[in-house]
Amino acid sequence: MTMGTVGTPAPIAPAAIEVLSPWREGWRVFRSNKAAMVGLVLLCVLVLTMLFAPSLYAVDAMDIVAAPFTPPFVNPEVWLGTDYLGRDVLAGILVGGRATLLVGLAAAGVAVSIGVTVGALAGFFGGWVDTSLSRLIELFQVLPALLFAMVLVTLFQPSLSVVVFAIGLVAWTGTARLARAEFLRLRGMEFASAARAMGAGPLRLMLREILPNALPPLIVSASLIVGAAILFEAGLSFLGLSDPNVMSWGMMIGNNRRNVLDCWWAVTFPGAAIFLTVLSVSLLGDGLNDALNPRLHLR
Amino acid sequence: MIRTLGSILRRLALAAGLVLAVLALNFTLIHAAPGDAAEVIAGEMGGADEAAMASIRKTYGLDKPLPQQFFTYIGKSLQGDLGTSYTFSRPVTELILGRLWPTVLLVLTALISAIVLGTLLGVWASRRPDSVGSGAVTIFSLIGYSMPVFWTGILLVILFGKVWPIMPIAGMRDVRLTGADAWTSALDVAHHLVLPATTLGIIYLAQYSRLARTSMLEVLGSDYIRTARAKGLSEARITFKHALRNAMMPLVTIAGLQFGNLISGAVLVETVFAWPGLGTLALDAILGRDYPTLLGVLTFSAVLVIVANLLTDLSYRWIDPRLRGR
Repeated sequence: MTMGTVGTPAPIAPAAIEVLSPWREGWRVFRSNKAAMVGLVLLCVLVLTMLFAPSLYAVDAMDIVAAPFTPPFVNPEVWLGTDYLGRDVLAGILVGGRATLLVGLAAAGVAVSIGVTVGALAGFFGGWVDTSLSRLIELFQVLPALLFAMVLVTLFQPSLSVVVFAIGLVAWTGTARLARAEFLRLRGMEFASAARAMGAGPLRLMLREILPNALPPLIVSASLIVGAAILFEAGLSFLGLSDPNVMSWGMMIGNNRRNVLDCWWAVTFPGAAIFLTVLSVSLLGDGLNDALNPRLHLR
Repeated sequence: MIRTLGSILRRLALAAGLVLAVLALNFTLIHAAPGDAAEVIAGEMGGADEAAMASIRKTYGLDKPLPQQFFTYIGKSLQGDLGTSYTFSRPVTELILGRLWPTVLLVLTALISAIVLGTLLGVWASRRPDSVGSGAVTIFSLIGYSMPVFWTGILLVILFGKVWPIMPIAGMRDVRLTGADAWTSALDVAHHLVLPATTLGIIYLAQYSRLARTSMLEVLGSDYIRTARAKGLSEARITFKHALRNAMMPLVTIAGLQFGNLISGAVLVETVFAWPGLGTLALDAILGRDYPTLLGVLTFSAVLVIVANLLTDLSYRWIDPRLRGR
């Protein structure tokens, strides 16, 4: 989808100033934001590590490879130590990130899709559609998200896809409220009326005219949801409510929960991995917020 | 006054509607889950006991048509009957009421300390927005938001369990103090509360300090603050009396909106510190396949959130007199 569609109003700028498209302008602001760039680089490093490390470090995370409770930095075979069963912590961290990131991203995808659909319909059509969808949003807002996800996973048996949908189903309300507000605001603007006058139907108006213009804040909200979804996944697996056959960081911490005083390393390192991942996503989201919300540039 | 009363009544009606919707959702969940609803209610008790299943079908009216079942379920729930827990052999409502106040105590302690400290930090940071301290508040808020709450808790357990054992790291009371006088046991609970409440509070402290900083910066830039300065009011008076009241508005909104997240966080924190609240009850219910208790906890915490939202709404009117007529 190219930007500068019918929707973008002609920029009013003195001739001397170079006019960039909002996306290029956003990238320029983003690039000059040190924290955001740190987040971007950190995230790229983490993703690449998780993609390639398991093939470079060929130890099965589920296998018992050394004596239980081997402390870190002692035995070069198991550099980050072993857990209460004697499983390699480093191998777990390298493999566990895959599930955490994958589930986090997929769940965020589900949440954003539900949120944008509900919010767009409510904001665009208004009236009784808006009223009933807003009540639906309120209902999902009063249910404590993690508890609701726990109920869903328990009732429908923990598998990766159930976990993805459970997290998606509890994390969409913020996006929905934002999408509703944006669609409500944009549908009354001149470009939308112009498109309507040219005979655009509701679907075309929503998807081709309004959605591209509502994208910047929605992208920021999506990046926040990725961070939240990773934390949800970690929390559920910590509680033992994820697929027991798939290693994940939260599960490593949950498994060693009763032995934390005897193997601090088996919980501290996986937790640090979750922390760094969420931190990089938050830094990125912060940078996107500064880059894509032109109103804040004035500060 | 009458308009205020009317709008409060309207809020109450909406809240009641939400409670009904939560119950309806519970009913849907029981019937949408794979397997017979009677099995869901009974949990996986081995499935052999036909007599027990038949009695469950009868007590819950599961042999009746679905719409009738629906109204029976709603009616019973509204009378406070959320079924019987088969793992604990006690009514679910009784179980939950026994676990309610530890969770409320934990959540409110964390929330109130986070709001008070976060506001103070934010106000302090907003007075010199470009200073090192102000930057530190921003960084702290990012870190606090990104730490998985159960990990923070475990780090504190390791710190105070191994390195510096001055704090209890599990439970809510010391068994050796059973039968002690009220003052001693209150102190004991407070002592046990320190680590869980700190763990849960850190996330919200991070968010409130950041929000308070942004909100204060916005308010401090407005014209009426310049007027107050021009009148020669003291900086302290301007900050706390004039600016803070307006800067509080977004903080209150967020506090209400986040009550649900707070309960979600409490589930994890309670698990780490073996705190005997709703979260550990929910987890025990999951391990025992005790669905009536699990759904009961979900219902009760949703009601807690609804009540918290109502209170937020009312405090909104108290902070901002302009809203009183609406």
